[in-house]
Amino acid sequence: MASDVTRRIGIVGGTAWRWRGARRMSTSTSTSTSSAAKTKSSSGSTKKEVNLFTAINQALHIALDTDPRAYVFGEDVSFGGVFRCTIGLAERFGKNRVFNTPLCEQGIVGFAIGLAAMGNRAISEIQFADYIYPAFDQIVNEAAKFRYRSGNQFNCGGLTIRAPYGAVGHGGHYHSQSPEAFFCHVPGVKVVIPRGPQQAKGLLLSCIRDPNPTLFFEPKSLYRLAVEEVPENDYMLPLSLAEVIREGRDITLVGWGAQLSAMEEACKEAEKDGISCELIDLRTLLPWDKETVEASVKKTGRLLVSHEAPVTGGFGAEIAASVAERCFLRLEAPVARICGLDTPFPLVFEPFYLPNKNKILDAIKSTVKSSRSCVFARQQNIWLALMHPFCPHKQKQPVTGLIESGRPDSGPTVQPAPSADHPVQQ
Amino acid sequence: MSLIQLSKNQSLHAALLLPVTNSVGAHLRRHFSSTETDTRTLTIETSVPYTGHKLEPPSRSVETTQKELLTFFREMSLMRRMEIAADSLYKAKLIRGFCHLYDGQEAVAVGMEAAITKKDNVITAYRDHCIYLARGGTLVGAFAELMGRRDGCSKGKGGSMHFYKKDSGFYGGHGIVGAQTPLGCGLAFAQKYLKEEHVTFTLYGDGAANQGQLFEALNMAALWDLPVILVCENNHYGMGTAEWRAAKSPAYYKRGDYVPGLKVDGMDVLAVKQACKFAKEHVLKNGPIILEMDTYRYHGHSMSDPGSTYRTRDEISGIRQERDPIERVRKLILSHDFATEKELKDTEKEVRKEVDDAIAQAKESPMPDPSELFTNVFVKGLGADAFGVDRKEIRTVLP
Ligand SMILES: Cc1ncc(C[n+]2csc(CCOP(=O)(O)OP(=O)(O)O)c2C)c(N)n1
Ligand SMILES: [Mg+2]
Repeated sequence: MASDVTRRIGIVGGTAWRWRGARRMSTSTSTSTSSAAKTKSSSGSTKKEVNLFTAINQALHIALDTDPRAYVFGEDVSFGGVFRCTIGLAERFGKNRVFNTPLCEQGIVGFAIGLAAMGNRAISEIQFADYIYPAFDQIVNEAAKFRYRSGNQFNCGGLTIRAPYGAVGHGGHYHSQSPEAFFCHVPGVKVVIPRGPQQAKGLLLSCIRDPNPTLFFEPKSLYRLAVEEVPENDYMLPLSLAEVIREGRDITLVGWGAQLSAMEEACKEAEKDGISCELIDLRTLLPWDKETVEASVKKTGRLLVSHEAPVTGGFGAEIAASVAERCFLRLEAPVARICGLDTPFPLVFEPFYLPNKNKILDAIKSTVKSSRSCVFARQQNIWLALMHPFCPHKQKQPVTGLIESGRPDSGPTVQPAPSADHPVQQ
Repeated sequence: MSLIQLSKNQSLHAALLLPVTNSVGAHLRRHFSSTETDTRTLTIETSVPYTGHKLEPPSRSVETTQKELLTFFREMSLMRRMEIAADSLYKAKLIRGFCHLYDGQEAVAVGMEAAITKKDNVITAYRDHCIYLARGGTLVGAFAELMGRRDGCSKGKGGSMHFYKKDSGFYGGHGIVGAQTPLGCGLAFAQKYLKEEHVTFTLYGDGAANQGQLFEALNMAALWDLPVILVCENNHYGMGTAEWRAAKSPAYYKRGDYVPGLKVDGMDVLAVKQACKFAKEHVLKNGPIILEMDTYRYHGHSMSDPGSTYRTRDEISGIRQERDPIERVRKLILSHDFATEKELKDTEKEVRKEVDDAIAQAKESPMPDPSELFTNVFVKGLGADAFGVDRKEIRTVLP
C-alpha cells in the first residue's frame, strides 16, 4: 500500500486506470499502518508517524509553499483552527495568505469562489461540516455551475473547502453531522473524504490542485486518534479512484472516512465465522469510481454500504442503485445499507444512532447466510430464485441491525410503483 | 417555593438574628418581604451614560427598590453558581456535548427579564442556560437537560445548547450562529398580528453580528415595523476572535444603519433593565431597535477553550474587579444598608445549596427512553427499530 503511495508521487497526472490494476495486486488484506511502516520508499523520502491533523497541516504547508497563489482562510484559522489543522501557517506564510475571516460561512465561500475565479487556490475552512449549510447556496448555485453556465470562460477550480465531519462520541446535533450526500447531488463539485493521515495528505493536495471545486470532509474523530506513517514529501493521491483496502470473496463492503474503521472491525469478526469480506474505501464520492465497486461486487455477489449519515437519501442509496443496474444478475442477496438512522443526529442516543461494528457484522452475516442457505440463489442467481415459490427471499429480506418498518412485524416496507393495479397507498 | 410571611411586628433586625433555617431561600425572601422600606423606590445612576444611534437615549437615572436589588443579587448569584457547577459536571463527564457558559453576562439575562413579561418572547443562541433560568426555568430542568436526563427542559434531547420554555415565551437555544435572528422577526410579526402589545427579544453575539442573516432580519424588521428588539450581547469575542479582528465597525448598535440603536453597559443590571423597558416601548411605537450590551464572558467560549490564549489573564481579572455585575449590586446593597455583608454571604451559601440539591435531584432523573430517539422527528414517530451497542432490542411504540 505504502509503496503504492510513493510510487504514485509525481505521476498523478496519469489516468486513474493505470493504477487500479497495480494497486489491487499490491493491496494486502488490511489497512494496517504496519504495512506502511515496513515499506521503504523508493524515492528515499522520509516518513514520520503523525496524526490526521498534522498530516493535513503538512499538506497545507506544502500547498502554500509550492504555489504562491494559494491562500488559507476561515474562522480562527490563523490561530491554528479549532482542530489545530492550520497551526503555524500564518507565522510561516504571513497574514496576507493565511487569515481569519469573520463568522459568515456564506460570505467565506462566496469570497473563496471569487478569489479562485482569478486563478488562485482558495483553500477555505468551514469550522464544522454542520456549519456548511449557510454556504450551501454558494456551493451549489455559484461554485458548481460557474464553469458550465459561462461556457467555460470562468471557473472556480482552485476552490477547496475543508470541513470536519462526523460523530465524535458526544458532539450532539450540531457538531456531528455528515452532510456529504447533499453535495453528491451537485454536478460540478467533487466530494472527497480521507480515512486516515496518509490518505488525507495525498488526497488534500490533489483536491487543492484539482482544476475543479472540491469539498474535502475530514473525519474529526480521527484528528488525534489516527496515527500513521506519512511521507514527509509532497505527494498526491488520485481522485475518483476507490481503493480496495481488504480483499475478500464473500461480500463487498463500501464505505469512506471514519466509518471504515468500524467496517474493518466487522470484517475481522466476520472472518472468524468464515466469511471473507472485501472492503473498499471509496475516497472520492463524486465523481465516484463505479468500476472498482462493480468489479468487486461481480466477484463477491453481495454488497453492504455503510455511512454515518441517515440512511434515506444517503450516498449509500446511490451506490446500491448503481450496483443494481450494473451487477443485477450477479447479486446473490439484496444490498444491505447500514447507516445512520433517519433522525437528527442525537445527543444522548449516539450509540443507537451510529452504524457500529455489531450492526455491520450482523448485516454481513445475514446477507451472506441468507443467500448461502438459499439453494436457488446458489445454483442460479437471485433473480431466478426470487421467482421460485419456495425461495425464502420471496417473503423476507434479511433482517439487519436496523429494521425500518412502519409496522414492526410486517417485514420490510416495499413501495410499489404506482400503477392501475397497485395504486399508491395512503 | 412559597414565601414565608412573617408577622407584621417582627422587625427586619429580629428576623435576621434568627438562626438560618433549613428552608432554602426563605432567609433572603423573608428579609425583604417583611419590611415597609423594601418597596420604597430609590434612584440610581447607571455606571456610564447610554449612547444612542438615531434615537434619544433614556435617562441614566434608574428606579429600583431594596427588594429588587436583593432579588437581582440572588438571581445573578444563582446563575453564576449554576454555571460554575456545570463546569465541574462537564469535567466529570456528566455533561456531554458542547457546553457554553454564561458567567459574567448574568446582568443581561436578569435586567432584561425585569423589564418584560412572560408574554414577551426571548430567543437566543446556544449560550442559553441563564436566559432559561431568568424566564422562570428551574434548576432541575436545567441540570437534567445538561446531563441529558428525562426531566430536562427539553426532555434530555437538546442538551446544553437547546433549552426551551414554551409557557414563558422562551423560544430557546439555537446552534447555528445567527440563525435565530430572522426567527425573532417571525415571532415578532406574529405578535404584531395579535395586537397584544408583546415584543420579541432576539439575542445574538458579536460574532453572529457578522452573519448576513442579521442584516436580512434587520431589513425585514424595519420594513414591516416589527416589535423586535435585536440584542447584541457583545462579550467582545466570537470564540477566539476579538471583535476588532472580525468586524470593521464593532459599534454594533449602529450597524442597523436605519434601525435605531442603543449601547448599554451590559454589566450593570439596572442599566439593562432601563434599556429593555425603553426598548420595549420604542418597538411597540416605532419598530425595531438594536440594543448592544457591552458585556464579558469569564469562561472560555466552550468547555474545550481555556479562554486564556487570545486574551490576557489581566484583562479577565480587571473586568472581574471593576465591572462584575454581581459585585456592582453587592456594593449598591451594602452602601444603602439594605443588607449586611454576612447576609449576602448567606444568600450565596443558600444559592450554593439550592444548586447542589438540584444537581442531586437531576442525577436521579433517568435517561430518556431509547424510543425517544425516534419521536419528535415528525409529528408521528418514525416507527423504526434499532439496537444499541449492547444489542438489546429496543422497540418503539408507534403513535
Ligand atoms: C453557522 C455557524 N458557524 C460557526 C459556528 C461555530 N461557532 C459557535 S459559537 C461561535 C462564536 C460565536 O460568537 P458570538 O456570536 O460572539 O457569541 P458568543 O459565543 O460570544 O456568545 C462559532 C464560530 C456555529 N455554531 N454556527
Ligand atoms: Mg461574542
